[in-house]
Amino acid sequence: MKKLMITTVALSALGIGAALAEGTVAPADVKFEDGAVAMSLTGVPGDPANAPDIIDKKGGNCVACHQISALPNLAFPGNIGPALDGVGSRWSEAELRGIVSNAKMTFEGSMMPSFYKTDGFIRPGDGFTGKEPAGPLEPLLTAQQVEDVVAYLMTLKD
Amino acid sequence: GLALPVLADEDAKLVINGDIEISTHAPAPEHLDGALSEVISGWVFRSEETQALQMDDFDNPGMVFVDKAQEVWNAVDGTEGKSCASCHNDPAESMKGVRAVYPKWNEAAGEVRTIAAQVNDCRENRMGAKPWKYEGGEMAQMEALIALQSRGMPVDVAVDGPAQSTWEKGKEIYYTRYGQLELSCANCHENNYGNMIRADHLSQGQINGFPAYRLKNTKLNTVHDRFKGCIRDTRAVPFKPGGPEFVALELYVASRGNGLSVEGPSVRN
Ligand code: HEC
Ligand code: HEC
Ligand code: HEC
Repeated sequence: MKKLMITTVALSALGIGAALAEGTVAPADVKFEDGAVAMSLTGVPGDPANAPDIIDKKGGNCVACHQISALPNLAFPGNIGPALDGVGSRWSEAELRGIVSNAKMTFEGSMMPSFYKTDGFIRPGDGFTGKEPAGPLEPLLTAQQVEDVVAYLMTLKD
Repeated sequence: GLALPVLADEDAKLVINGDIEISTHAPAPEHLDGALSEVISGWVFRSEETQALQMDDFDNPGMVFVDKAQEVWNAVDGTEGKSCASCHNDPAESMKGVRAVYPKWNEAAGEVRTIAAQVNDCRENRMGAKPWKYEGGEMAQMEALIALQSRGMPVDVAVDGPAQSTWEKGKEIYYTRYGQLELSCANCHENNYGNMIRADHLSQGQINGFPAYRLKNTKLNTVHDRFKGCIRDTRAVPFKPGGPEFVALELYVASRGNGLSVEGPSVRN
């Protein structure tokens, strides 16, 4: 036990930080094929019930750009991206996992942020503070949050 | 249904005090190479209530700060025993047209200068007074007094000659996707003006209305303060107000509004 704790401390000192749960694919290791990601990021099935909070402002803030008719409680959705109604019919689970993880792999130059990516940014800050990050960046969504959102998007059928 | 914020009539005209006609639309300047079909003031994108506040100086909350700045203008400060008025007399004459052409190349200094940089240069080197905080309240109110003397005149900053390399640098910053959200000014203000980002109606991010009184923070806001906020919102570390990057960006963004009328102090939400 003591040895394990030391390892964790050593890892965070190295900047590896919040250790990923076993079986979780790290952001840098996600495999994209034509924009799609076939393998689950966690191996744990996504829970669509968690999705509304992730889609709302305090989570991934998808509503800043997308409207979702099934979530009328999330007020004032933006219209920068298409409405997400029916995306579960337009895209496969693997394609949606790819779009949410890094939409730029599907839509070249997309304005949509890459939600499961931690490097390659210009002047990244510590959240919205405007300050330098104290350590390595966390992805915008955790691996399980990506799975939860993807599971929810799959329920949005035409 | 999903209630959207009420948007104002896009054809509304801005006439201030029933007298000063403001061009809120203008043909896009040539140096934009077709990036925009026309340039549009941020006033057009605000709600009718917010728009109305700018149509009469008695309703414009920014005008109080102009009065304050007029007092400062006449007040002696610093070791040289001088006020702005000692050298510039009546701002209605000496500062007429200044806002419209800044940022501007300063030959003696060999650099592009913003109005704020020029004001602090006068304070430090001609008055022997302490410089004001670049994006602070004292500077914002003096900028409002200066902008007011050009209200209604078309923005006309020079993008060529000695200013060109600074302009190019500003352009590069404008199109760079900063922060963990990887968003550039152009993503929001060139490709999506007129669209909603959550509850915000996106404008072209023009600066012809600055300094701007914002209902949200109930103060006058400077250009660099706005730039800082927009970059911070991309989860990025903004550049320093008054620093070379924001000066270059200010020149570039100002040039995107060439042809629009100077509006400052404007009212925004
Ligand atoms: C800043 C804007 C923005 C945000 C925030 C955003 N998106 Fe997007 N999204 C877009 C745009 C724009 C597109 C259209 C693709 C393109 O042209 O880039 C898109 C496309 C999509 C698509 C494909 C839609 C279709 O019908 O083909 C899905 C699915 C999607 N987004 C899901 C999400 C989810 C889930 C989130 C939050 C976790 C999110 N988006 C956040 C801008 C955004
Ligand atoms: C002792 C004289 C003196 C005082 C006092 C002074 N200025 Fe100046 N100011 C100048 C001179 C000279 C210039 C031209 C400088 C140049 O072009 O390099 C100038 C230029 C400016 C400009 C640019 C005008 C233009 O047409 O480009 C602004 C704005 C300005 N001053 C504002 C102020 C303000 C505000 C104050 C008081 C806080 C002030 N000045 C105090 C002498 C003064
Ligand atoms: C994520 C979206 C986003 C990005 C990126 C962004 N802005 Fe903004 N900006 C806004 C919103 C929202 C507002 C308030 C509504 C409006 O006027 O568009 C705003 C307002 C402004 C205004 C005030 C306009 C007025 O008339 O009062 C200026 C100026 C501005 N932005 C410049 C910039 C510049 C320069 C950049 C890049 C450094 C930038 N913005 C990046 C979203 C953004």
